[in-house]
Amino acid sequence: MVTSKKGSALTMVVHATVLFLVIMWTIPTAGLFISSIRDKDQLSVSGWWTALSSSEQKIVYRTPDADSEIQENGLYVLRGNLLEGGSGKVVKFGISSLKPEAFEPGTETQDRRGVTFKIMANGDYEVTSDKSFRRGVRIFYTAEVPPRFTLDNYRTVLSSEGLGQSFINSLTVTIPATVIPILIAAFAAYALAWMKFPGRALLIAGVVGLLVVPLQMSLIPLLTAYSKIGAIFGIEAKGYVGIWLAHTGFGLPLAIYLLRNYISGLPGEIIESARVDGASDFVIFRKIILPLSFPALASFAIFQFLWVWNDLLIATVFLGNTEESLVLTGRLRELLGSRGGNWEILTASAFITIIIPLLVFFGLQRYLVRGLLAGSVK
Amino acid sequence: MGQLAVAFVTMTLGVLACAGYFYGSNALLDVIFPSKNRPPEVVARNLRIVNQVRPWLFLGPALLLLFFYLFYPVVQSVILSFYGRTGEEFVGLDNYLWLFQSGEFLESFRNNMLWLIVVPTLSTFFGLIIATMTDRIWWGNIAKTLIFMPMAISFIGASIIWKFIYEYRSGGDEQIGLLNALVVFFGGEPQTWIQIPFWNNFFLMVILVWIQTGFAMVILSAALRGIPDETIEAAVLDGASGLQIFFRIMVPQIWGTIAVVWTTITILVLKVFDIVLAMTNGQWGTQVLANQMFSWLFQGGGDYGRSAVIALVIMILVVPIMVWNIKNANAEMEGR
Repeated sequence: MVTSKKGSALTMVVHATVLFLVIMWTIPTAGLFISSIRDKDQLSVSGWWTALSSSEQKIVYRTPDADSEIQENGLYVLRGNLLEGGSGKVVKFGISSLKPEAFEPGTETQDRRGVTFKIMANGDYEVTSDKSFRRGVRIFYTAEVPPRFTLDNYRTVLSSEGLGQSFINSLTVTIPATVIPILIAAFAAYALAWMKFPGRALLIAGVVGLLVVPLQMSLIPLLTAYSKIGAIFGIEAKGYVGIWLAHTGFGLPLAIYLLRNYISGLPGEIIESARVDGASDFVIFRKIILPLSFPALASFAIFQFLWVWNDLLIATVFLGNTEESLVLTGRLRELLGSRGGNWEILTASAFITIIIPLLVFFGLQRYLVRGLLAGSVK
Repeated sequence: MGQLAVAFVTMTLGVLACAGYFYGSNALLDVIFPSKNRPPEVVARNLRIVNQVRPWLFLGPALLLLFFYLFYPVVQSVILSFYGRTGEEFVGLDNYLWLFQSGEFLESFRNNMLWLIVVPTLSTFFGLIIATMTDRIWWGNIAKTLIFMPMAISFIGASIIWKFIYEYRSGGDEQIGLLNALVVFFGGEPQTWIQIPFWNNFFLMVILVWIQTGFAMVILSAALRGIPDETIEAAVLDGASGLQIFFRIMVPQIWGTIAVVWTTITILVLKVFDIVLAMTNGQWGTQVLANQMFSWLFQGGGDYGRSAVIALVIMILVVPIMVWNIKNANAEMEGR
């Protein structure tokens, strides 16, 4: 009995700890998402965890001028609604910037020039004067605004902040930069696993060594080489082909390593018997190896996709920072500089950049895990 | 729409060109050295030639790309580190002398060492704890998926997520950053977290730990499942406590995997520059080597020599891991 009691207490602790850790790990992303669909005025004054409760906003309203005044009983009157049709409730108002919360709604007050203000809780106001209004008058008020959720932030970033364009750029970079290395690596991996030629062991060791070469080592020589090649052929040094090949080159060591591990584990009898039947290596590769190594190919594809989509360094260096060529990560970085305080822009943009990788992640997690394991566990 | 079409066409062309090479070159080989409907001695000779040539057709593009994108640049970077800012005039050891006298480098180096100690340690530690615990509860897989999720988020996206958490509002304004809101809630003073000297480094490291824990967890979880049940049962029979089983039985058996996770994260830490770039761009004492290298590459028209020297330092830090990897791979090949 003692052990079972102890066991259940321990289980409770485990449940509680894991729950705590899961909350710690998900809350940052949840905060980002909730913020991105909040009204931008609310977002800037209250934390996202208060998104469901109403918030107080202090606002200065300027009434329209003489054009919209009407004459009643010899007095000039301005009427309208402070909230301009939005929902919410006025809780305090004032007529000078020094005392913006001087009066309760429903009361009437007069300023020094004899202008009368009457403001109701629902935002309706009536400003009366015995002279014509030459310009609008200011009303200070505090309103309680109910939670408001909107997709406006997304509309803004997709159209005017250029996220839409960057999204297409990211796709244009990512898809070929995922497919090309798979093709090239699969052939190389097969050769390294099942074909006999001098220098094979050396090449494998070389690939393993290149696995950890930091990207930083490659940047300067490649930048120089790209601009030289561009000059020789009279083409732009920064372009899609250049970045595809760069991503391919940097992704190849891992791709070859993963795929070789997998392909060399395939049963040799199948390959031998196909050879005996007179099939060439190309046919064997196409008809036997490719279909059999689908799981490994899928794992690497997900890796490479996530890596290329999320990459900032290679895109900055090889595609450049011009308005038309920015990929999503580059755009995000630029927005962080130019729109540092506009959290409605930043959260919505960030969510757009992470949504595709998240979908890929949740959809294909099984393959991703398998690939990770093949790459690391011996 | 127009751009989508262009993008689609370029994509298709790129992929087709690549597939075309493999088809074309192999078909060409079969045409030049046919192995069917010929006298047997010709067939035998052709087959031998084909078998010698074909591996290189398969390997060709990969070797070319590896050479051009990884091997040649490493050599070239070493050479460039002896040249000046445009990479044209030879300056000998000037860049190296500059490096060791520059306070910025010493700061980045110190910070990098901190990153190298803290991030792999914490990620592996949390990964191991979570892997062990989630294996015991029914909703463990859901928990794992959620903790693994940040892996899919870009460093720059993660930086924005965390910058929002560290957001600071001055005066009596309501805090919209979670961390400051919590501090205020418990009666503290709100802080500009990413500007606090020295400690701000740790606020940046949190981001990478947040991303990498999932990776460590997935791999360690698989390793834990690979532990034979008998060893644990035997320990239970001998009256070992839960903690003893964990530290004396389970951890030693997955030591190899822990090392792999550790080194993988270590290499990543050395290369990450996005987080520092997005959060502080190296201000307030948070510079790291990768970001310093990046800024020397571009600032004021760029200084290739100095940039190359910093890259070289990162490379040197990686070399021990590289050697260890190759040794492991060789041992494994011989075992096969």
